[in-house]
Amino acid sequence: MTQISYANIARDGLWNNNPALVQILGLCPLLAVSNTVINGLGLGLATLLTLVLSNVTVSLIRNIVRSEIRIPVFVLVIASIVTAIELAMNAYFHELYKILGIFIPLIVTNCAIIARAEAFASKNAVVPSFVDGFTMGLGFTAVLVTLGAMREALGQGTLFAHANLMFGEIGSMMKITLVDNYHGFLLAILPPGAFIGLGMLIAIKNTIDARRKSRTVPVALPADAGATA
Amino acid sequence: MIRYMLVTAILLGIFAIAGTGMVAYTFDKTDERIADNEREALLESLHAIVPPALHDNDLPADAITVTSKELLGSAKPVTVYRARKDGQPVAAIFTPIAPDGYNGAIKLLVAISYQGDIFGVRVISHHETPGLGDAIDTDKSDWVKDFKGHSLGNPGELGWHVKRDGGDFDQFTGATITPRAVVKAVYNSLQYFKLHKDELFVSNTTTSGEEHDAN
Repeated sequence: MTQISYANIARDGLWNNNPALVQILGLCPLLAVSNTVINGLGLGLATLLTLVLSNVTVSLIRNIVRSEIRIPVFVLVIASIVTAIELAMNAYFHELYKILGIFIPLIVTNCAIIARAEAFASKNAVVPSFVDGFTMGLGFTAVLVTLGAMREALGQGTLFAHANLMFGEIGSMMKITLVDNYHGFLLAILPPGAFIGLGMLIAIKNTIDARRKSRTVPVALPADAGATA
Repeated sequence: MIRYMLVTAILLGIFAIAGTGMVAYTFDKTDERIADNEREALLESLHAIVPPALHDNDLPADAITVTSKELLGSAKPVTVYRARKDGQPVAAIFTPIAPDGYNGAIKLLVAISYQGDIFGVRVISHHETPGLGDAIDTDKSDWVKDFKGHSLGNPGELGWHVKRDGGDFDQFTGATITPRAVVKAVYNSLQYFKLHKDELFVSNTTTSGEEHDAN
């Protein structure tokens, strides 16, 4: 594998083929827990870890598993990984686990994970599969966090509230109050806010892509800057 | 052909065993810590309304279950934790349900001193509207802390309603149903306590039943 192909994998996961903005996969957890930055980050990282582990495992066993049973085996692998992560989160991030609740076990049903297993990991070596899982997970996390930030800022007038659930005591100091005595904007917190917010993010991404295209002069691809914004 | 199918089936079986093994291993490693966390979280929420200094028994362990559909909001058994000091009853902490919230059941913790005053009320879980009914949550407002110190006689039967219904307790702007449900559930818990006060503290530990100082 050459250097360029890794860059392509990364660009795909973070931007060109972002699981949330382009593939539109895993919408259920994406919309449900993106009400604050920390919730988004928590679920994003759990999904990222699942993607990396499942991609690596699937890639390792890709030559043993016959094609007739590959789907049940992949599902088995993913379900085992998610259950293990769920138990670990319950043990080490108990408070955050309680808030994310049902959405941790539901990572199993995030189609982005089995899609990567089937479309990429089952056909590629371990290292590229790792990079693919990592960047896809990062792309998903970036969208969750961005959407979480938009909804938290608009809905509650804060950022990084309850960061102590993830980072311990230091986290309490991370909370940023943008507006004092903010009365809250209900729409942003409720599910419709998630749909509207995601729609706006997709629109922004498409606009950026369209602008890039219209600049006919090839600007030597400005790498993946802005993807993590 | 049969041989091929057999090998495939065995392969699938091996993966099932490996997957289950991994989950079993993780469970074994995290089991104790999860139980500790849950205990810790329970103790923390109980101590928020009954300060640790007021009791010397193991609250999560000193619990019984009681059932009263009318007064505790559920046809299922409801847990009651008992706080004691030097073997004397100090308070009972109910976990009743307010069944008539705006979006279904609201789970509460209601701590009542042996004398019948409220030590404190907390909401454990609810599905009330964010920004309106969720002011019952201590994260959002201090409303629920106003129950402290009230009892059946204070403010009396007529006062145990929200202001809109002629009672003493504030409702929220735009949300009356939620506080109404909580006020009613707390009042019902007090009534249950009055009716069953002595039975509640029996079992496990012997109690004298005499008047004593809760402090």
